[in-house]
Amino acid sequence: MKYFTKTALIAGAFFLAACDPNSRFDNPNGTAGTGAGTGEFETGGLGSASDPASPEYFSQFVGDSVVFLVNEYTLTSAARAVLAQQAEWLIDNASYNAIVQGHADERGTREYNLALGDRRANSARDYLLSLGVDAGRVKTVSYGKERPAQLCSDESCYSQNRRAVSVLVVGQ
Amino acid sequence: MTRLFALILGLICLALPAIAQQGPLRIEITEGVIEPMPFAAPSFVASNAEAVALGEDIASVVAADLESTGLFRQIQTASFISGITSFTSPVEFADWKAINAQALITGQISTNGTQLVLQFRVYDVFAGQELGNGLQFVGTTEGWRRMGHKVADAVYSRITGESGYFDSRIVFVSERGNKGDRKKSLAIMDYDGANVQMLTDDSNLVLAPRFSPTGDRVLYTSYETGFPRIYLLDVGSAARRVLEAQPGSISFAPRFGPDGNTVVYSLATNGNTDLFRMDTTGTGRVRLTSSPGIDTAPSFSPDGTQIVFESDRSGSQQLYIMPATGGQAKRISFGAGRYGTPVWSPRGDLIAFTKQHKGRFHIGVMRTDGSEERLLTASFLDEGPTWSPNGRVIMFTRETQGAAGQAALYSVDITGRNLRRIRTPYGASDPAWSPLQ
Repeated sequence: MKYFTKTALIAGAFFLAACDPNSRFDNPNGTAGTGAGTGEFETGGLGSASDPASPEYFSQFVGDSVVFLVNEYTLTSAARAVLAQQAEWLIDNASYNAIVQGHADERGTREYNLALGDRRANSARDYLLSLGVDAGRVKTVSYGKERPAQLCSDESCYSQNRRAVSVLVVGQ
Repeated sequence: MTRLFALILGLICLALPAIAQQGPLRIEITEGVIEPMPFAAPSFVASNAEAVALGEDIASVVAADLESTGLFRQIQTASFISGITSFTSPVEFADWKAINAQALITGQISTNGTQLVLQFRVYDVFAGQELGNGLQFVGTTEGWRRMGHKVADAVYSRITGESGYFDSRIVFVSERGNKGDRKKSLAIMDYDGANVQMLTDDSNLVLAPRFSPTGDRVLYTSYETGFPRIYLLDVGSAARRVLEAQPGSISFAPRFGPDGNTVVYSLATNGNTDLFRMDTTGTGRVRLTSSPGIDTAPSFSPDGTQIVFESDRSGSQQLYIMPATGGQAKRISFGAGRYGTPVWSPRGDLIAFTKQHKGRFHIGVMRTDGSEERLLTASFLDEGPTWSPNGRVIMFTRETQGAAGQAALYSVDITGRNLRRIRTPYGASDPAWSPLQ
């Protein structure tokens, strides 16, 4: 399996910052790339963001991440809109599958947050399936509070960390 | 009779120092223990030249163990009027009374190659007599710290009437790196932070290890496959195998039953987390709960008949107790806030838990019917209590706030006193205390 999020996320963040520096915090249902993106850069095989069939395009224009309210796993209308675009993209690009990663903010106990992250990932997955994505193409995983996207200890970060991130993998 | 006397004395003297010089040498571990008992632990007498340094080191371990309880206070060597130069000569009680040493621990060691022989005695200085009988331990020089812990356990036990907890170990998660990409490995160490050894590397995220009742195996959660799954690890060989690998689901929060052959854990399928049990062979899976809520963090009662766990079936995280075979669960937590990570005490009388209330995290204890809730700690993030083998001390994770936040291990008495940080080489979380070895 090949993971593409890291570069895509960082690239996405730069892209957004260039467009509108406030957008990541002003939009609580944000479509910004807020996945578990830290670590090393990968440079191969992403394609150009201008290529609608590229993972980079998925990350930047479709939006790979949706956020949730405190202790919630129901999808907001903004989250549903992003997932609808993800579903459309996945249906158009059958060579990619997705793993939806569920995450929680740090204001919970470890086990509960794993379960909560699982709920969030499955909410996102269920919605993708309801829009026609084949069940076999979408897996879920929970990271609980282990992989925050933003590191500060206040709501501006927590609201970005309560998220489900769709990570593309090359289909088999 | 003396026990009864000491108990009555302890009750009468709640507001006073619990050590009464006219009574027998005794500490009742109650809320009344405020003034630590002064003791002297001079270097153990070496029978051969090679053993001199060890004699000092072992006496230091004994003293550090006792002092770490908050129940004892070591009298520094500089205050000693006379030392102990011979293990067999009569003790000059007057010299120890004069510096108010209420307990005196004397020892003698000899080494022969890698063999270590230790003898020790405990004295009630003011009664002018030995407390219990002298004991001898035979082991290896490599295990000298353990031998010190064994001496301290014996002293603690003779003076408090309860079993000790010093000859025990902690399995935990050693943490390095940035908060957003924490590298975690399983590690094991002595209860006091000495002898840290890594049990896994940090290439996969690992969480929440738990000891078997005999301390020889560990259950934990690992992302080795990319998905959280529960594993069983042999402490001696570090060999591991996956226990639950049902496709399309994740498993976590495993804990042993008191028989050492049963595992209770959480399995999440399609967004619903329920409790299951299985054998350590990985077979015989039985579903224990089927609520639409999150059911997790299960812990057996010491007799194995019941399980305490957390569930948000009522709308928020609360504690429940159910039969170990599943069935009707009874809610036991009713205070304000959220309750999680319940752990049954080894004595069976208390449940330790994490509580979240008004933006703070607490470690607390309550009786098994939910009464007499007591919060022992408060901070930005305290969680995941584990019991000392004698049920008197709780260790837990404390994580600091902010982007540079770090996790560390702390311990606290069940009275809420004696909060201490356990020194670890790196960040540390998710401690689990072994049984007494």
